[in-house]
Amino acid sequence: MKKNIEVMNEQNKPKRRGQFGSICLRYSRNKMAMLGLIIFLIVLFFAIFAGLFADYDAEAIKQNIPDRYQRPNEVHILGTDAYGRDIFARIIYGARLSLIISLSTVMISLVAGCILGALCAYYGGLLDSIIMRITDVFLAVPPTLMAVTVVAALGTSIPNLILALTISMVPPFTRIVRSAVLQIRGADYIEAAIAYGSKDAYIIFSHVLPNAIGPIIVQATVNLASVLLSVTALGFIGLGVPSPQPEWGTMMAENKAQMRYYPYLVVIPGIVIAATVLSINMIGDGLRDALDPKLKN
Amino acid sequence: MIRYIIKRLLVLIPVLLGVSLLIFGILTLMPADVAAVQLGIAATPESIQEWNEEHGLNDAFFVRYLDYMKGLLSGDPGISWSTNTSIKMEFAQRIPSTVILAAGTIVLVILIGVPVGIISAIKQYSIFDNITSLSAMLLTSVPSFWLGLLLILKFSLDLDIFPATGAGSLSHYVLPWITLSACMVARLIRMTRSTMLEVIRADYVQTARAKGAKQLRIVFVHELRNALLPIITVVGIILGQTLGGAIVTETIFALPGVGTYLLQGINKYDMPVVMISVLFIAAMIGVINLFIDVLYMYVDPRLRSQFVKGYVTR
Repeated sequence: MKKNIEVMNEQNKPKRRGQFGSICLRYSRNKMAMLGLIIFLIVLFFAIFAGLFADYDAEAIKQNIPDRYQRPNEVHILGTDAYGRDIFARIIYGARLSLIISLSTVMISLVAGCILGALCAYYGGLLDSIIMRITDVFLAVPPTLMAVTVVAALGTSIPNLILALTISMVPPFTRIVRSAVLQIRGADYIEAAIAYGSKDAYIIFSHVLPNAIGPIIVQATVNLASVLLSVTALGFIGLGVPSPQPEWGTMMAENKAQMRYYPYLVVIPGIVIAATVLSINMIGDGLRDALDPKLKN
Repeated sequence: MIRYIIKRLLVLIPVLLGVSLLIFGILTLMPADVAAVQLGIAATPESIQEWNEEHGLNDAFFVRYLDYMKGLLSGDPGISWSTNTSIKMEFAQRIPSTVILAAGTIVLVILIGVPVGIISAIKQYSIFDNITSLSAMLLTSVPSFWLGLLLILKFSLDLDIFPATGAGSLSHYVLPWITLSACMVARLIRMTRSTMLEVIRADYVQTARAKGAKQLRIVFVHELRNALLPIITVVGIILGQTLGGAIVTETIFALPGVGTYLLQGINKYDMPVVMISVLFIAAMIGVINLFIDVLYMYVDPRLRSQFVKGYVTR
């Protein structure tokens, strides 16, 4: 009898999972989040393997006037634009451009924001005040406007675009990291690490940042979505990736004049942008719920 | 109260000065051959030199900045580099269009966003809630310029109800309002819903319910009143983004506002035009944030009691 109970207890014992494992499990139970992840992976797949589906120079860039304005058909599954370029080829190479630009922007500003924010929160005092007053100034200019100004001064090119968006993204990240770190700084394990004589850099990178990473990752995902929207918006007003490179927003700007008679030219890139941004937002929501079950209502 | 407003104003001024220095600094990085662009094909090395001298480009950075600020503070934003005319008049004509666009948008956003968010939270997981949550999710992901183009396609080119471009009557603003507010409405709905959901679970709401308060009284007196602060914060953020997004919306609908003026200035390497447009938008946002901070005071008695002598917290 006693043995049976022990066996039962053994069976009922919850499987031990690491923190990462349980986050993954909570995430995978969220249908919306999984759908978002799948859509994003599809976009990523086309972006990475664009070369397998279409030739960059021949189909996405080279003008091919006799083939222009073909509505979607077997040869050109999404049709062709005013210069006879294949829309599908331009969309998948555009995915590459848009994702590279927005991912690198978020990465760079995340790293910069983490360093600045952690320094502010950890050391406080004069350094904190100086950096915070500077972010106040940056935050007074909306991100789109800031990016527009920087691109205006430096000219339109991909590196300039990344720089412009990064400048507008660093201050918000600094703020988020700072407040996340501030909450952790008073924790007992930090006191313990200090008492133990750990170096500041070690404490920041092995104790503070790993514990603050949850809200930071969620914020990074949300910002990825908004940066992607900014990239396409800048492309649309002619300050993003210069034509003829196939960036999604730039494509829409090129085709806007013909939209009355060939609506698919603006409808298709728009659907692609919306689907990508939606998938990122869904991943962000899923991550938020998975990282902090308390927040879920 | 007055003391608090003054204190906030004193914080706003250095921020705006910082913004002006920052933007001036960034714009100084414009390519060195601005003079050649402005003079066009008539440019000779001598005339370029003369142009640079005339526009103070040979001076040191801080001398130019101080000169500019001296002019700006006395009410003169300078002379356009591309047209050689005074910016003041042209810019003043651009302001109303942007203000109409932004004001209409924010009214629309609040009138739709807050009530829908509240109903969504009260009827959590109902059909209404599920539909709004889903459409809010969709709308936050749709690029506003694409939405604008689709609206033009349907309502101007197809149905011919609203004009697609220009500004003359209020009907010109209907599509821009919808375009600019769609994403903001979605965000406000989500925010209102989640704050209301937090408040609904609070102890004082349970208490009120236990004491037999009517549903309407609970919603308006106990729940909304406490959810108001975070909602106001979001409205403030949204206002800032509205003004930032106005550039794109004005471009789609060719509205003669500050945004299109800014873009025109950028395309012509017209630094004074860019400068005044960006500063104007930053200043508007600063003033709005100030206004919102003051609004906090009215909404939250706890904050008010800190600044008003003899005021007793209810």
